[in-house]
Amino acid sequence: MTDESSDEEEQAEATAPESVHGAPVTSSRGQKVLHPDRDSYVEVVGALRADGYVMCVDVTAVDYLLDPARDLPPGVEPQRFEVVTSLINHAERSRVRIRVQVPDDDPVLPTLFDEYPGTEAMERETYDMFGIVFDGHPDMSRILMPEDWEGHPLRKDYGVGTVPVQFKAPEART
Amino acid sequence: MTAVEAIGSSLGDDSAVRRRDDSPVLRMSETEAAALGDVPAEHGDTRMLVNMGPQHPSTHGVLRLMLEMEAETVLRSKPVVGYLHTGMEKTGETLTYLQGATNVTRMDYASPLFNELAFSMAVETLLEIDVPERAVWIRMLMSELNRISSHLLFQATNGLDMGAVSAMIYGWRLREDTLRLFEKITGLRMNHNYIRPGGVAADLPDGWRDDLLRLTDALPDKVDEFDTLLTGQPIWRERLQGVGIVNAAECLALGLTGPLLRSTGYDWDLRRDMPYLAYDEVEFDVLVGTYGDCFDRYAIRLNEIRESLHLVRQILDKMPGGDYRIQDKKVTPPPRARIDQSMEALIHHFKIFTEGFKVPEGEAYAAVESPRGELGCYIVSDGGPKPYRLHMRGPSFVNLQVLPHMMANTLLADTVAIISSVDPIMGEVDR
Repeated sequence: MTDESSDEEEQAEATAPESVHGAPVTSSRGQKVLHPDRDSYVEVVGALRADGYVMCVDVTAVDYLLDPARDLPPGVEPQRFEVVTSLINHAERSRVRIRVQVPDDDPVLPTLFDEYPGTEAMERETYDMFGIVFDGHPDMSRILMPEDWEGHPLRKDYGVGTVPVQFKAPEART
Repeated sequence: MTAVEAIGSSLGDDSAVRRRDDSPVLRMSETEAAALGDVPAEHGDTRMLVNMGPQHPSTHGVLRLMLEMEAETVLRSKPVVGYLHTGMEKTGETLTYLQGATNVTRMDYASPLFNELAFSMAVETLLEIDVPERAVWIRMLMSELNRISSHLLFQATNGLDMGAVSAMIYGWRLREDTLRLFEKITGLRMNHNYIRPGGVAADLPDGWRDDLLRLTDALPDKVDEFDTLLTGQPIWRERLQGVGIVNAAECLALGLTGPLLRSTGYDWDLRRDMPYLAYDEVEFDVLVGTYGDCFDRYAIRLNEIRESLHLVRQILDKMPGGDYRIQDKKVTPPPRARIDQSMEALIHHFKIFTEGFKVPEGEAYAAVESPRGELGCYIVSDGGPKPYRLHMRGPSFVNLQVLPHMMANTLLADTVAIISSVDPIMGEVDR
């Protein structure tokens, strides 16, 4: 574990005016993270794909409703949702993570389906769990929950749900 | 030109990927499918919608397929998942980092130790700690044993799906041997909760070396029995060769990993290419196929058992001494004996198990090569004792997307071979 001060130093180093394809770059525990905005998201991913990031490994999201403070490079406005996409470059053996801020009142993000068709299921899962709509996706439907389910379970304002525990024996039926 | 080069040259041209992406996926909701039942088919339209699963012996648990058929031929299909969804990622947010391993281990229940490993590695990345060398090697040993047991399970279920029932008996019996070893080392046959943030739960028990040697001595001959029984057998080859073909460009586009990707001749294994644990200190071969068909995937998994045995023998020779978990008081509970002597140790123990340890704010992703492909774990920490967000990237979930592409224009009988060769574990798909 490192103490706070060295962590901050790392952050300061990482948030130096560095950018890839116009998106600010930070480092999270030594892992490369890009922060494009919503409009340039697909463009940045397309450029990365041309750079040799041949596979989209993962698409998921985080709901920052209860923890709005987080490390973001200057100029990136924090929003409630954050879509997290992981790409891998086999030739250079490197990974890159892309975090895009998605606001609560307009949870829409363009789909990556045209770049990586394999994001179809992952974006459906993200829609199912967070209610983030991927614009241009061929089949924006629920994947894990039943079709007629209401709500998006991994949102922070969606309860965990508990089963009441009975500590006493039930009273005898008459 | 080697296979990899051939694929490399076709990578730039993704028209093949796009073309096959348009048609074979049936994008139809339940409601639409149900409404379709009432509409009389137009004259001459012999297509029909057939439902396969979720209760079907060859769909591996609770996978369901909607198949659009024309006579015996599958036109379009759609895997329907979610029957085993229990919200484990949500549950993960309510458990401390110490309890988290018990949760994730239940996802891919055929290779539980890989889940624990990915989770622990993500937590350790957030904590910025390094586990002791012995713990690293124990983890590696357990991973490879788990790979053996998982691939043996594949041999069993694959045999059963193809109608080779004896292969099922052989596979389950052999897997039982490795599970017995797991029980001895971890206390449980499955869902071990053995690999934890900071190391492993306990040191290897007395006599582990003899038990392991007995297993590694006996297994190769028994694995050869699969070759005798299946590999050269004409019916087996007829059922698998040339069935469920996929190429490397499609694999990359669809995000497929593991034996599926390697069966196309694409040479990629996280253990060798982005080494974690101590995989850069051992020697092993990455097995690739040529045709990307079901037979290649069968052969790769069979030979990965042998390769893992080779690894286990090396680990046996190189197993270092020392601690099996990190001696960092923030993360590790005190040894059992100390609790009897020291009030502080008791309090410390109690605190770690009730409140849990705090993990500094941040986010991290860790990936391991599970028997099914890249198993990743993404954790966001808000500085508290529980993950703010826990996400597992299950290889089976992504790999399932290839089914419609492999099944298009094949016979219904081949769908069983294809599902089996993808080797999905539904616990990991649905989480």
